[in-house]
Amino acid sequence: MAGLEQFRIRKSERIQHLVDNLYAKLPEIEADRAVLLTESYRQTEGEPIISRRAKAFSHILKNIPIIIRDEELVVGSSSIAPRGCQTFPEFSFSWLESEFDTVETRSADPFYISEETKNKLKSIHPYWAGKTTSELATSLMAPEAIKSMEHDVFTTGNYFYNGVGHITVAYDKVLKIGFDGIYKEALEEDQKLKVSDAEYAKKHYFLEAVMISCKAVIAYANRYAELAAKQADALEAGTIRNVSNAASLSNRVAELRQIAENCKRVPEFGAASFFEACQSFWFVQQLLQVESSGHSISPGRFDQYMYPYYKKDLDAGKITRESAQELIDCIWVKLNDLNKVRDAVSAEGFAGYSLFQNLIVGGQNAAGEDVTNDLSFMCIEAAMHIQLPQPSLSVRVWNKTPQELMIKAAELTRTGVGLPAYYNDEVIIPALVSRGLTLEHARDYAIIGCVEPQKPGMTDGWHDAAFFNMCRPLELVFSNGYSRGERISIQTGDVTKMKTFDEFYDAYKAQMNYQIGLLVNSDNSIDVAHATRCPLPFESCMVDDCIKRGISIQEGGAVYNFTGPQGFGIANMADALYVIKTLVYEQKKISMAELKEALDVNFGIPNEKTITELAKSVLSGMKAAGKDISAATAAQVIAAITKEYMSHDYKYLLDMIEDVPKFGNDIEEVDEMARDAAYTYTKPLETFFNPRGGQYQAGLYPVSANVPLGAQTGATPDGRLAGAPIADGVSPVAGRDVNGPTAAANSVSKLDHFIASNGTLFNQKFHPSALKGQKGLENFVALIRAFFDQKGMHMQFNVVSRETLLDAQKHPENYKGLVVRVAGYSALFTTLSKSLQDDIIHRTEHMSGI
Amino acid sequence: MTGRIFDIQRFSVHDGPGIRTIVFLKGCPFRCKWCCNPESQEFGFQTMQMNGKVKQAGRDVTVEEVMKIIRKDQPYYHRSGGGVTLSGGEFLAQSDFARELLMTCKNEGYHTAVESTAGLDFEIIEKVLPYIDQYLMDIKHMNPKKHAEFTGRSNELILENARKIAASDTELIIRVPVVPTFNATKEEIHDIAAFAATLPGVKELHLLPYHRYGEGKYEALGRPYEMAHIKTMSDEEAEILLLEAKKSGLTCQIGG
Repeated sequence: MAGLEQFRIRKSERIQHLVDNLYAKLPEIEADRAVLLTESYRQTEGEPIISRRAKAFSHILKNIPIIIRDEELVVGSSSIAPRGCQTFPEFSFSWLESEFDTVETRSADPFYISEETKNKLKSIHPYWAGKTTSELATSLMAPEAIKSMEHDVFTTGNYFYNGVGHITVAYDKVLKIGFDGIYKEALEEDQKLKVSDAEYAKKHYFLEAVMISCKAVIAYANRYAELAAKQADALEAGTIRNVSNAASLSNRVAELRQIAENCKRVPEFGAASFFEACQSFWFVQQLLQVESSGHSISPGRFDQYMYPYYKKDLDAGKITRESAQELIDCIWVKLNDLNKVRDAVSAEGFAGYSLFQNLIVGGQNAAGEDVTNDLSFMCIEAAMHIQLPQPSLSVRVWNKTPQELMIKAAELTRTGVGLPAYYNDEVIIPALVSRGLTLEHARDYAIIGCVEPQKPGMTDGWHDAAFFNMCRPLELVFSNGYSRGERISIQTGDVTKMKTFDEFYDAYKAQMNYQIGLLVNSDNSIDVAHATRCPLPFESCMVDDCIKRGISIQEGGAVYNFTGPQGFGIANMADALYVIKTLVYEQKKISMAELKEALDVNFGIPNEKTITELAKSVLSGMKAAGKDISAATAAQVIAAITKEYMSHDYKYLLDMIEDVPKFGNDIEEVDEMARDAAYTYTKPLETFFNPRGGQYQAGLYPVSANVPLGAQTGATPDGRLAGAPIADGVSPVAGRDVNGPTAAANSVSKLDHFIASNGTLFNQKFHPSALKGQKGLENFVALIRAFFDQKGMHMQFNVVSRETLLDAQKHPENYKGLVVRVAGYSALFTTLSKSLQDDIIHRTEHMSGI
Repeated sequence: MTGRIFDIQRFSVHDGPGIRTIVFLKGCPFRCKWCCNPESQEFGFQTMQMNGKVKQAGRDVTVEEVMKIIRKDQPYYHRSGGGVTLSGGEFLAQSDFARELLMTCKNEGYHTAVESTAGLDFEIIEKVLPYIDQYLMDIKHMNPKKHAEFTGRSNELILENARKIAASDTELIIRVPVVPTFNATKEEIHDIAAFAATLPGVKELHLLPYHRYGEGKYEALGRPYEMAHIKTMSDEEAEILLLEAKKSGLTCQIGG
């Protein structure tokens, strides 16, 4: 494959230095943004919220400390410490203060925080009491919805605690006309308004906020221009010496002068060169993440909007492929420089310091032509060079995707970095069209965050709106609406009296429908809270049609609006329903009462959590009956339950369940069950709308929430024990797919991926030997293409050996750089919690024929 | 028509081109001491005790039953240039069933390959050959005595059949299980490769280094594992033999 040779580009020494410096120490929490934000808010009390947001953004950018790291070519850092992070008290803050003393030592994503920072944050936090989006959201929510979240049926914690993020803005627009151009657009719209217009006040203050934001970003870039010039002067004058010899000194001086020139020109104006385009892109990417704490700010189709600048400079001889590659590599490093501190529970769910900045290459343009180009290959090359989790690299695949691109991507997969993820144009485009996008817009889709498709620069997709645990409503059928002794859902009747499978299944659907309604209530409440308290003028100015309509994206300014909450547990549900259908109703080998009893006692396998839950429900029953509960009674109850527990042996039942066919083995009847089980989530959701006027659309993926939320779920009829992880995405339950990768892929392809237009996630793990040699790569590509021929939507791979992972668990110090694919993203294995590490190790390994 | 198989393996990428489904037929006239599928040798059903569970080795299936599984991976064959491989045991030992299965595969447009020692009468081979695209043929040793000592049968018929298959329209690839103490010397490999090079149309030779993955199966069958004392080859040792094989002028590789 001669064509690929030209894209095997040497990695420059600079890139290795940048990476090494980035990972030299633990990331740190900094207080500057929060302090500046509070200063500004105190000065703008009583003004429209959109103005206050813009002024605070401007105040932050004017005063936040800036730094150019050694050897950087593309500049702009949100924290002084490498991989450091700022905080965002306007969304939530109390969790952070309560975790001040544990955040450095926790197992998932620890951060260093100095005493000085703690004190600074403590001094401003009181100001935010009662003013956050999370507090407003809580007061807006229905009490039933809050109760369901307390009982882990679903969680909307992501946008409850944080900004929304999850967007690809119009990077191309900034590259073309700069913020000077956007400023002028806003000004023009503002001048069109009449003070007598009904919506004048709202529109005018929004457009003014856009203009303030544009000016703020330009001023911020100019601060970098000055800093670069100053550093160049100091180097020449010999007042700083961080270069080893005369040649590298004059090189660095020239680089700094160039950086200063770049930052003077962009992002104020359109980019005139590839270097400027890189710098312009970076400021947008970085500053979106200063304005708000939302993650999954996704660069999208980088290979497309950067290409004209690359091509022009390459043709003119101003750059070489090597020099362009180095700039791309620099951006890749910078994408790992951004960071975010989450609360301890969320950190487990999103583990790996990931910001989910999804960047996608290849695919077709609005006209339906394949537009793979040099940069598509060089983006993959960059991921090979830096071997870090960000950006979450994705590849669009369709029938006209060049085989060379697929092979190049497979080579990256083979390195074991967990990248890229593969997406099927042939499913995603029609899926988006079915949601009301024009065909042209749908063809131009990019991926947000983990796996969520959207049209860049036009969509507010609210893609990661919730995690919905599909196994919990099943528990509610068995408990007739009770959880931990408390009534939390509708009553669907005594499960042991249900005469037919259909009756049982209808009860499950009723529990699903009720809980889905509560999820919608929760998400819509948070939606309103963001629109009310945290509209984002900077983000809005790069999304159509906010400027034309004169409203922020949070208030519905985008052309396309959605809310996309994820359901997970399809495989467990398919297996559980199939077990009930066959063993209870068809073969009548067990009674429902027997199954219920077995589930209540975790199949007779002692488990502290289950015992506590049982005790709770017994005690609450006693209380309701008017009995006095003392500590001694409680202890007696626990002792009695433990005894009762141990007296049951349900091994025969587990054996029976094990022999029932399972999802993931290409068995028609079970796969049909899975398809239908997925509909119990995806179909009701479609009927709901959000406050921005957009439709709900389901995703089927858990990020890594299947582990922590599985820990809150009792035993399920598929033989899964209490507390065990729920299946990952649309993948089969770990260890239950025994017919190899094609059988698993066929099962997964039988789900309706089109209706899950917020994305599905199919994970396969391969031992590196499966991708050995050119033949290995070709077969691997064929596997992806054949899965996509059958209308699968997404596929991603972990290529590591079990031994490697076990050893990494034992000796994390030797594997600091080991990257694995967790869910929709790659993460450093050693930063993951022990339970998540175990889950990854446990997932089926597809050793191809030895 | 039914046949007796002991396994069907999907997503196999080492026995023929592309992604393949391998059908393992039960029963074999040879008794190779290193055989990694000892349950493949007897035609009769056997019980195996593995991980505390009793499993029956062998089941009778119709051609249509096998086809149902084969068809499931059609998209993968199409994308990879793969297809179906019959292995064993020795598939020729059930030649009527094999013939019908291969014929049905060809009718449905699948690429067909077989993994075989070709140690039966050529009349039998002749019946199936028109439906085979690629013949992966084992040649284990050039010395008839040593061959008989380690496999239970001499090699004359095998070598003769090799010439006849080479003369047919079916693509022939020679494979050598490389087993220390049996044939893992430069001289022995050289002799096999030299013979293979004389076969018209043969372009490829695969060296398949001995491995011990089958050891557990002997235990499961309650049989002694005679090769327990043999050490597996290092990559370096295999490379040396590969260089020797290449002297024949054939395209040689380690593994399938």
